[in-house]
Amino acid sequence: MANISWKDYEKRVPDDHFFYVRSCIRQTFFPGAETALLNILRNELGKDVFEDSRHTTCTGIGYHSDIIPLETIMTMVARQLSLMTEAGYRNLLVSCVTSFGIYLEMLDMWKHFPEKLEQTRDALRKTTGREFELPQSVVHASDVVFHFRNEILKRSSVRLMNCKSGEPLKVVEHVGCHYAKIFPHEGFGGAEFPSVLSGLVESWGGTVVDYPERRHCCGFGFRHYLIQENRGYSVSNAKVKFESMAPFQPDFIVANCPGCAMFLDKWQYTLAEMTGKTFSAHGHGIPVLTHEELAGLMLGMDPWKLGLQMHQVQVESLLDKLGILYAPIEKYRLAGVDIKPPARPSVLMV
Amino acid sequence: MTSLLNELRSDIRFVEGLNACMSCGVCTAICPAAAYFDYDPRKICLEVQSADENTLKDILSSEEIWMCGQCLSCKTRCPRGNTPGYVIQVLRRLSQESGLFVNSRLGRQQLQIKRTIGHSILETGYCVHPRLVKPELHPEQGPVWQWAVDNGEKLFPHLGSNYYKPGNGGVRQMDSETLAELRRIFEETGAIRLFEKIEKAMETAGSEVVSASDFK
Repeated sequence: MANISWKDYEKRVPDDHFFYVRSCIRQTFFPGAETALLNILRNELGKDVFEDSRHTTCTGIGYHSDIIPLETIMTMVARQLSLMTEAGYRNLLVSCVTSFGIYLEMLDMWKHFPEKLEQTRDALRKTTGREFELPQSVVHASDVVFHFRNEILKRSSVRLMNCKSGEPLKVVEHVGCHYAKIFPHEGFGGAEFPSVLSGLVESWGGTVVDYPERRHCCGFGFRHYLIQENRGYSVSNAKVKFESMAPFQPDFIVANCPGCAMFLDKWQYTLAEMTGKTFSAHGHGIPVLTHEELAGLMLGMDPWKLGLQMHQVQVESLLDKLGILYAPIEKYRLAGVDIKPPARPSVLMV
Repeated sequence: MTSLLNELRSDIRFVEGLNACMSCGVCTAICPAAAYFDYDPRKICLEVQSADENTLKDILSSEEIWMCGQCLSCKTRCPRGNTPGYVIQVLRRLSQESGLFVNSRLGRQQLQIKRTIGHSILETGYCVHPRLVKPELHPEQGPVWQWAVDNGEKLFPHLGSNYYKPGNGGVRQMDSETLAELRRIFEETGAIRLFEKIEKAMETAGSEVVSASDFK
């Protein structure tokens, strides 16, 4: 009986043939992560991943900050699906967690209100001459990494363990709200037992930190971050999480949402500047990785090609624990030229 | 005058978002915005269900409807399967369409969002891109982001990004036909109309308070 119930928390992920849509936030703050995902899928695992340069934003950030009407975002989603249809793909692979929620929401509304689907088809036809088919599957990039976690592990000599002590690393996993809180059945583990990141951590040798505010929002809040004077909301919610996780002394944080990963990294700097406090024993902060970056490190990719020098909380302490070799001199060498490093924060250690 | 309640009911998110609410308050208990602001989604759902036009006018003019952070944690937890976050989306839509949003300080911020995110979408095809996140407006991003922006021409291509050039990849320059399609979609489906309403309502904001009776 228990096994039958547990199936409700499983999700089917296709083994191959994906149509990839990028993320506004991820391509801005973690450009190396999207590159790494495509490298892993295409070159390490031999998968077919197609990208059409004509795909645009889904407009999700504008929708959740209320300047994009429902009918507009429905038609924008339809246009992305028309590109997928044109290319002959049916499996949508989504980089962004906001977009992932948007695609699922539009599909859900079209199912409940078929007249809206027809109106959307009409609007797309009228404005672009395009037609579209509904996808057979919608998966987030972290679903795919989770799906192929054992294949990645087989190719890896890295384990999420302290290479000196042999102890498993303590990992905070932060699952973006729009991954499974809106449509729980579309995420591994649903909203109650999200396993898309904890499953990765445990499969790869780490332990997951179960702290009181584990499922609290990172604090993005859309309009609350976009408007400068509202950012107190965002930083306060992030502080709630840091205060809650810090006593467990996590070795790093992994997040599947690009916004969450960025905020959990950058707000540690901001809070240190505001309060003089950091959330790690030696003042360096808690390193934050995206799931693609973590998978890239597992597969031996160069940290400075993954873009880890774009993180405000420095990652060297984590690389040292993992026993990953890196060339410090390459960190700020771009196109063969040594670039002046970033300025040092006044509190957060670098 | 069109009934505000009928306007709410004409939006499928309202139909999906509010049925048989028993006012248990679980949405407020889980809500990050309720912990930060003087904000109570349970109270808003109660007031909306009153179906009283004057109450609805007050809600549409209020600060409260702009406090939700759209995390949608309420959708997960509501024992009736309701989504107060969807109700908020509809209230915000109607507040902007009626012009009542200019009566609240938080509501008036929609102009700034329209002029940043809205314009970015039309001009670049992205809600957000590196050049939009200007370090002088984002001190919270810290010195590494300043460094990334200063060295973007070398850094982003080093990480596989196309960085404002035509072709595939991240931060690529959108082709003109793609942007033209996007604009036609915005014109056909109401986004441009909403942008114009926000601008027009803000032109009069401050000189007079907008009345719900102006709503047609």
